[in-house]
Amino acid sequence: MAETTTHVAEPTRRDFLYIATGAAAAVGGATLVWPFIQSLAPDAATVAAGAPVEVDLAPIAPGQIVKVFWRGKLIFIRHRTPEEIKAAEDVNVASLRDPQPDSARVKEGKPQWLVVFGNCTHLGCVPLGQQGEYHGWFCPCHGSVFDTSGRVRGGPAPTNLPIPPYSFASDTKVIIGQEATA
Amino acid sequence: MSDHSTTYVPKSAFGKWFESRLPIAGLVHSSFIAFPVPRNLTYFWTFGAILVFMLVSQIVTGVFLAMYYTPNAALAFQSVEHIMRDVNYGWLIRYLHANGASMFFVAVYVHIFRNFYYGSYKAPREVLYILGVIIFLLMMATAFMGYVLPWGQMSFWGATVITNLFSAIPVVGETIVHYLWGGYSVGNPTLNRFFSLHYLLPFMIVGVVALHVWALHVPGQNNPTGIPIKSGKDAVPFTPYATIKDIFAVVVFMLFFAYWVFYMPNYLGHADNYIPANPAVTPSHIVPEWYFLPFYAILRAIPDKLGGVIAMGAAIVIWCFMPWLDTSKVRSTAYRPLYKQFFWIFVAVCITLGWLGSRPAEGWYVIASQICTAYYFAHFLIVLPVLGFVERPLPLPNSILESVMGVQKGGAGIPAGAASEPQTKG
Repeated sequence: MAETTTHVAEPTRRDFLYIATGAAAAVGGATLVWPFIQSLAPDAATVAAGAPVEVDLAPIAPGQIVKVFWRGKLIFIRHRTPEEIKAAEDVNVASLRDPQPDSARVKEGKPQWLVVFGNCTHLGCVPLGQQGEYHGWFCPCHGSVFDTSGRVRGGPAPTNLPIPPYSFASDTKVIIGQEATA
Repeated sequence: MSDHSTTYVPKSAFGKWFESRLPIAGLVHSSFIAFPVPRNLTYFWTFGAILVFMLVSQIVTGVFLAMYYTPNAALAFQSVEHIMRDVNYGWLIRYLHANGASMFFVAVYVHIFRNFYYGSYKAPREVLYILGVIIFLLMMATAFMGYVLPWGQMSFWGATVITNLFSAIPVVGETIVHYLWGGYSVGNPTLNRFFSLHYLLPFMIVGVVALHVWALHVPGQNNPTGIPIKSGKDAVPFTPYATIKDIFAVVVFMLFFAYWVFYMPNYLGHADNYIPANPAVTPSHIVPEWYFLPFYAILRAIPDKLGGVIAMGAAIVIWCFMPWLDTSKVRSTAYRPLYKQFFWIFVAVCITLGWLGSRPAEGWYVIASQICTAYYFAHFLIVLPVLGFVERPLPLPNSILESVMGVQKGGAGIPAGAASEPQTKG
């Protein structure tokens, strides 16, 4: 009579088939998840909308902050006054939370133009210009303070306001979203 | 109790035919009719039924709102105004839904603190309790995404702030946030997916609620004494006793609910949310809905982005460990004179945190938030474990019956009817 053995010391072909089937199912399942996760990422149209934008700087008066959008993100263009530039430069860089000299945050020879992303690096609110202890920006949501170089000087924000890629097409025209090609 | 027998016997021929194929009537009978409930339950035990009512109410009003709402960043705000002005009774359905969310949280907080007070989270109800915490987390996610849908200023900036919490995660945080948004900022794709999930999550809540009720029916309900049912005299049958009491409580709660809906429908909201979303301007004072305020205060108390996010998450996750952090063998706080004081301090701290969460994050508010946050965690990590060892609890009654009727002396002094076993009648 045929006998069914449930416990064998040696692995059988059936064991191999179980493991192979299980492995194929696991890999297949994981692979199938991929397109669903990927569908959540910024889509092709959104990425395409990231084309560089041109901004005319001529009408921006000294001391003024202009808001523009690039890739759906808010960007501040600040025409800094000589006092604001001086305040940004006269800082002990080593004492900052996110140490960065002002010269690394503006284009060479154009210290009057500061271009930064306009969302607080804490939780994304829009900081208010010319406010706070350093007259740079103050975030009303959770109290982060930025100086006239957009560097974090207080509050919960972990980093400076980031600088988007941009370049000057001329003295009065800036292209946001495109670094200068040397 | 899990071992009680199903006494259900179908009477009609159809009933017998059906029951032998799908014994659902017997399940309902054993779970909601013959099921023994402690005879000393107070109205605090009606909040489970109130929560079921609120869940059904939110789903029904939500399904109707979805018929008139447009989940598109350019149209959402207008479609909500359309519901308010043009749709017949749209104003009522929307106010029921918006205030219903608040009422849902009112009821769930009473339910949670009842559980804390009477030690319902302790063995053998740990799984039941943790399922409850999961429901609470799902409720928070659902409420948050629902608040985004009208696409007003608070919607937009609430969505921005909360999704940005994930950017605190090292290395992959930024990518995760872009995947949540479906873009580089909160926008139309974000609104679309939030609408989809806002419609899905309540049905997941229904599923977890079913597990929660199932887990409840294994050990049965806790009660104000915290001691289990020892004999039939400690219990009454679910129907009519609990059924009628639950219905009465739900009706009273509906009056409370209706007061908000009809007399101050916008009191719990924010005026800023009647301004269409503007990605260039953040409202000067942004706060979440009242039911998130204590957690928001904890987030802001920590002067570090990642630390704040971790503390806020831990404030809820720590609940899951309560059954093991609480070392006291006595369930009910009624018999724990020391813990009773700490319990009320804890309640006061939670309310204070809620109030601080509504204040701007500056000056002494921040310091007060930090003190309250420290105490909040100390309650779980120090008070609960230590009190179990140092506290001398009051003597427990021998039975639920004794706690209700006084100590029995040979049965004297207790009316015959009261001492009988009502669940064995008819």
